[in-house]
Amino acid sequence: MQVSSIRSVAKAAFEGADNVFNRAFTPEWNPLFHLGTLGWYFYWIVIVSGIYLYIFFDTGIHQAYESLEYITNVQWYAGGVMRSLHRYASDALIIVMMLHLLREFVTDRYRGARWFTWFTGVPLLWLVFACGISGYWMVWDVLAQYIAIASTEWLDSLGIFGQSIARNFLNNDTLSGRFFTLMVFIHIAVPLFMLLVMWIHIQRQRNAKVNPPVGLAIGTLGMLLVLSLARPALSQAPANLDIVPAVIDFDWFYLLAYPLLDKVSGQTMWMIAGGGTLLLLVLPWLPRLKRRATARVDLGNCNGCGRCVDDCPFSAVSLQPRTDAVAFSHEAIVIDNLCTGCGICVGACPTATPFRRSSELVPGIDLPDLGIKELRENTLSVTADLSGNARVLVYGCGHGAGLDQLLGPDVAVIKLPCIAMLPPSFIDFVISRGHVDGVFLTGCTDGDCHYRLGIKWTSQRLAGERDPYLRKRVPRERIAASWAGITGNKRLQQDLRAFQDRLGTLPPFKRPPHRSADARAGEAAEHHA
Amino acid sequence: MHKALRYFCQFIAYALFALVVGYFATQPAYTHLDPDKALIKMSFSHAGEHLQECRRLTQEELNLLPPNMRRPMDCLRERVALLIELELDGEILYRDELAPSGLAGDGASTAYRKFPVPAGSHRLVARLRDSRREDGFDYEQAAVVTLVPQQNFVIDFRPELGGFLFL
Repeated sequence: MQVSSIRSVAKAAFEGADNVFNRAFTPEWNPLFHLGTLGWYFYWIVIVSGIYLYIFFDTGIHQAYESLEYITNVQWYAGGVMRSLHRYASDALIIVMMLHLLREFVTDRYRGARWFTWFTGVPLLWLVFACGISGYWMVWDVLAQYIAIASTEWLDSLGIFGQSIARNFLNNDTLSGRFFTLMVFIHIAVPLFMLLVMWIHIQRQRNAKVNPPVGLAIGTLGMLLVLSLARPALSQAPANLDIVPAVIDFDWFYLLAYPLLDKVSGQTMWMIAGGGTLLLLVLPWLPRLKRRATARVDLGNCNGCGRCVDDCPFSAVSLQPRTDAVAFSHEAIVIDNLCTGCGICVGACPTATPFRRSSELVPGIDLPDLGIKELRENTLSVTADLSGNARVLVYGCGHGAGLDQLLGPDVAVIKLPCIAMLPPSFIDFVISRGHVDGVFLTGCTDGDCHYRLGIKWTSQRLAGERDPYLRKRVPRERIAASWAGITGNKRLQQDLRAFQDRLGTLPPFKRPPHRSADARAGEAAEHHA
Repeated sequence: MHKALRYFCQFIAYALFALVVGYFATQPAYTHLDPDKALIKMSFSHAGEHLQECRRLTQEELNLLPPNMRRPMDCLRERVALLIELELDGEILYRDELAPSGLAGDGASTAYRKFPVPAGSHRLVARLRDSRREDGFDYEQAAVVTLVPQQNFVIDFRPELGGFLFL
């Protein structure tokens, strides 16, 4: 089976789960759409609970264990809960981190302009595991003893240390309390460094979210609290280097690979871990994504309004001081290697309107392989032969359900890279000019746009919450959307049929009165003033 | 979906997540060592003799050297590899040549080996050669030890304390 086939199956599985969770949580709260922000959230829970634990934690061979016993048993109502939160949030962090990684891979959101975010996420895997393992070490129970010996033996197998580190754990006589001081330092320094890498990780994401929705955050914290009270995190028997821990209660989230160290040599394990990391790092170029043509700015039509800058999900458009003699302060500029060619900037450009007649339809920013002029021509061409009393033009993105299945005598389809490439004025244009009776929008699963913000921006533009707005004169009952995703073929067809049925019951659409040239000039003057 | 039903579904989802986290945070237990066995751990770090005997320089040779480099003895940096042998109940459990560390082969040789063995009484013999001799060993230590299950029995080597230490 090829990688692409596996990916398709996994993508369909994710989308199936998305739909289930969308129904239970709504798209706004769907945890599968917030894996990254949940990761941040768990990180902060771990930090806050860790700070509390650190107040009472004592370093030293016996003191470490005893102080944790005090925290867990005597102060169970605060310290015990904090310890459990610390552990369970760390475990949950592993789950969401792995799902996040897998999801970005199967949805192909790690190549092309997105390589940087993927690439900077890979070191986080090592850092998270380093945090967790050093944390377990500090408890100094039999699990910590096992981890300490297995980890140092593995480090020794690198052959770069002058003295064997594992010899520090030969027996009780060779153990030094200073090792715990080192562990505390590592357990504080690594999470801080991790925060820096997490910050770098999201640098190329515009409007990057680092907090989950409030409802999801409350539910998640509540779940962790209940779990902490129902099954508090406990220490195992205290470590004793004269005894080998035989059967150990294991945290499989952090220690899944450790049993392998009992089967293969340390060097083999380094090759597996190093090779796996290297593979993850170079994955964005295996193979390199066939990139879409990037957006182009037409300076003659760009007034530097900045809407494209605000809407670009990948910070690929920015403003710079004007380079021509036109009396605007700024102009848009596209950073090619950040641009995914989604066209969201085109949908945001106020000059990308099909109503323009006085000049050739060239917007301030456009896609070379699917320009606004071509989109207008396509719109007119595909709607020309539609018949019936419920003629619908479907604008859909290439990452949702199959669009060709919708074609019919009263249904035309236009495919876009992203639904937010569609300027709202096109909806106004086709309805008010009577080219169709209704417009139907479709694309990725609700809440999970392939280009991050396409569905959100489109919904806000249509609702009049984001510029460019859909004009108020456009009858909203003649617009429908179905965010069905790739597995939602059936649902898409049903939604479209229902929409057409609804359109059939509406009275014939009356075109808005044609404004005279004088009226238009008056409006323009008023607007200018 | 009705709001109450939605909250119920959310509750189920949270409960399942908590179940997965709560269970795999400690279970299933991992058996690192057969509980009926003990572990013999042999670990030491020791530098063997120099590969060649040091030679005293003649006065003529010393005169040819700059004054600050006139060391009376000329010693090659390389050291011999250690030969280690561990015998358990009359059978060789482990025998190996331990190369000196360092790019020039002038560092200490290190050993770190673990041998799970059945608990009970055993006769252990440890031998080590750290000289240029070609036969035999420079150190040997034998003992009959009674190992209890899960005991961590350490064999260290410290020449300043007489050689092998059974701890």
